[in-house]
Amino acid sequence: MSRSQIRRGARPEGLGTDDDGCTVLHVDMDAFFASVELRHRPELRGLPMVVGGESGRGVVLAATYEARRFGIHSAMPMSRARRLCADLVIVAPDHHSYTEVSASVMALFASITPLVEPLSLDEAFLDVSGAVRRMGSPATIGELLRARVHDEQGITCSVGVASSKFVAKLASTRAKPDGLLVVPSDEVIAFLHPLPVDALWGVGERTEEQLHRLGLLTVGDIAHIPESTLQRALGKSLGAHLYALSWGRDPRTVSPHESEKSIGNEETFASDVDDPAVIRRELLRLTEQVARRLRAAGVVGRTVSLKVRFADFTTITRSRTLPEPTDVARDLYSTTVQLYEALGLQRARLRLVGVRVEGLLDADGAPEQLLLDAPEHGWRDAERAADAATRRFGRGAVIPARLVTPHEQADE
Amino acid sequence: MKFRVERDQLADAVAWAARTLPTRSNQPLLSGLLIEAQDGGLVLSSFDHEVSGRVETEAVVDEVGRVLVPGRLLSDIARALPAQPVTVVVDGSRVTVNCGRSTFTLPTMSVDDYPTLPQMPTSAGVVAGPSFASAVAQVAVAASSDETISFLTGIRLEMTGPVITLAATDRYRLAVRELPWVPESQSIDAAALVPARVLADTAKTLAAQESVTIALAGSGQDEGLLGIHGGGRSTTTRLLGGEFPKYRTLLPAESNTVASVDTAALVEAVKRVSLVAERNTPVRLHFTGDEVSLTAGGGDDAQAVESLDATVDGEAIDIAFNPRFLLDGLSVLEAPVVRFAFTVSNKPAVLAGAAERGADPSPEFRYLLMPVRVG
Repeated sequence: MSRSQIRRGARPEGLGTDDDGCTVLHVDMDAFFASVELRHRPELRGLPMVVGGESGRGVVLAATYEARRFGIHSAMPMSRARRLCADLVIVAPDHHSYTEVSASVMALFASITPLVEPLSLDEAFLDVSGAVRRMGSPATIGELLRARVHDEQGITCSVGVASSKFVAKLASTRAKPDGLLVVPSDEVIAFLHPLPVDALWGVGERTEEQLHRLGLLTVGDIAHIPESTLQRALGKSLGAHLYALSWGRDPRTVSPHESEKSIGNEETFASDVDDPAVIRRELLRLTEQVARRLRAAGVVGRTVSLKVRFADFTTITRSRTLPEPTDVARDLYSTTVQLYEALGLQRARLRLVGVRVEGLLDADGAPEQLLLDAPEHGWRDAERAADAATRRFGRGAVIPARLVTPHEQADE
Repeated sequence: MKFRVERDQLADAVAWAARTLPTRSNQPLLSGLLIEAQDGGLVLSSFDHEVSGRVETEAVVDEVGRVLVPGRLLSDIARALPAQPVTVVVDGSRVTVNCGRSTFTLPTMSVDDYPTLPQMPTSAGVVAGPSFASAVAQVAVAASSDETISFLTGIRLEMTGPVITLAATDRYRLAVRELPWVPESQSIDAAALVPARVLADTAKTLAAQESVTIALAGSGQDEGLLGIHGGGRSTTTRLLGGEFPKYRTLLPAESNTVASVDTAALVEAVKRVSLVAERNTPVRLHFTGDEVSLTAGGGDDAQAVESLDATVDGEAIDIAFNPRFLLDGLSVLEAPVVRFAFTVSNKPAVLAGAAERGADPSPEFRYLLMPVRVG
């Protein structure tokens, strides 16, 4: 979710009519997890409600617009949200139903155009240029989508319609909640230039700070200084990138198979952990998850990186490149543990650990250096067999013995 | 302590002894070089608990003594000195190095706390320096550099009667060399796993020696120690633990295709075509009729093709290798012709040297190379 500070809901005047050539739609569910929960908890409608873990470390995963009025937003620690709103209703997340709703919504998108690029469970880009003749103008299609999502799933969504991905996404943010906004091609500049610089894709806190120091507060400010000045201040590629965006130039197309550059999972401990045995077990669980995701995506990767966040939020990552790309949890785990041990932490208290695999290649096409002494069937086959068992019997059907706990199944 | 020594002798001895000094150690003493001036000469030693080096050199000793000096610094100084006699004098806690009109004064370290070097084990036998150096270099290319699998970073020495067999593997390739030697006992049957880098380095510095003694600690307190001695230079190294793969079973007994190619021409061709082989993509070899064609790259990327004359017996074969592994093997073959023996394209190929195309391979060196599976 964008941390953009654009005022939501305020629809700029004069926009929203001419959708000629605006074939990119950005569809974003409104307060997705919270909306799904409200479907079977109508008594909570109108109340400030959030979805998230209640425990000490819980964070807000989604907040209703009533809760947002208190300044609550997603990714905020639950303890802080509680302080902001004493009457806050907290609902535990039910990821299963979110995944289900998401799949139905994505299937609906796919029935309109094959060019769907999902960004997460609750948002996607659609290129509807091929559907215009059949179903009407992009804005018409957007309204149709909104109606069908509401009828079929009982939740609302907002749609941005524009000629590029980045403007469409800004438009949907502006249209929220439960709205649709068209940014006509010839009004893109007028739409963009008053926006704060952090509306631009690629501007995070640090870049925002740098831009502010240069006296650049709005997108228009960026557009009206020489590109070379921007490049000197921000580096060649970021400077050029922001300059292009400030004039509404975004060459990215909607690509249904945006290949992932890396696959990783991380875990925030319920309370800080300093026990190496617990950390190792968590690393094993994470590497199993990551390897399963690699295999499901049909990719292999060569660079394994370990992320460690200490109790004081200092975060470090260490990585190692393997001689051969892999999708085998056993390889990932042994590398991850080596990286962990090389840190020499001596019982430092950790808040979070994460494992990520980068340098991904298609598993099919990737050349594979064979081993002299490899057994006919190695760990890869064993893990594939576990994948098959999981498909048949459900998650956790086959897991490493070390992850079996007496009271609970290892969760995903 | 006071002695006089020729500059070249000092520089050689210091450089040799300093070669195994640890670059970083939590024990500062181990960065020191021990100089012992005795009647008749000098003994210079270094030790890092794994590897020890000890070299004797001639000197005119006026006053005997022992001193521990910063090793790398002394090595740098000795190398830079003019070609004149060098006088070294210890005065209190300082040591002065005088050569021509230049004078260096170095601090010394506490010689009393310096660890005792391991005793040289008893001799197991003697090899010729040049052939030992080349044999070790031939197998060392196949040793792994991944310190996390320590037993694959070693060279296995098998001393069986009149033959030493050296073997190393990183699981992608295996290099095996047999070398005649003169054992102390014809009935010797012993094996040791020696860190490849230490062995390769040591053997190289002894390449000019007519005879090199290999010493292996038998059972007893120095178990796990190998000594190599020649020309006044002695190295001991701890052995590696872990079980070396049972490599003899990996060597294929038969083959479906045998091909010979001019080694130097193949090296050049592999280097050329692999220019377009991006990281981790293989070079593919197709042996058929009377030639081998090499290809690399392809798809949307750059591509290269080259063909060479070859003598091919048996079925045509398509096989792909990591170009670096292939070049490693070809570069240590020490033969004008390389003879490949293949079974199928997903099984290891055996490389051996031959005098000419079609000739029988020389039996003493084999390089077993596992192919890359493509597509």
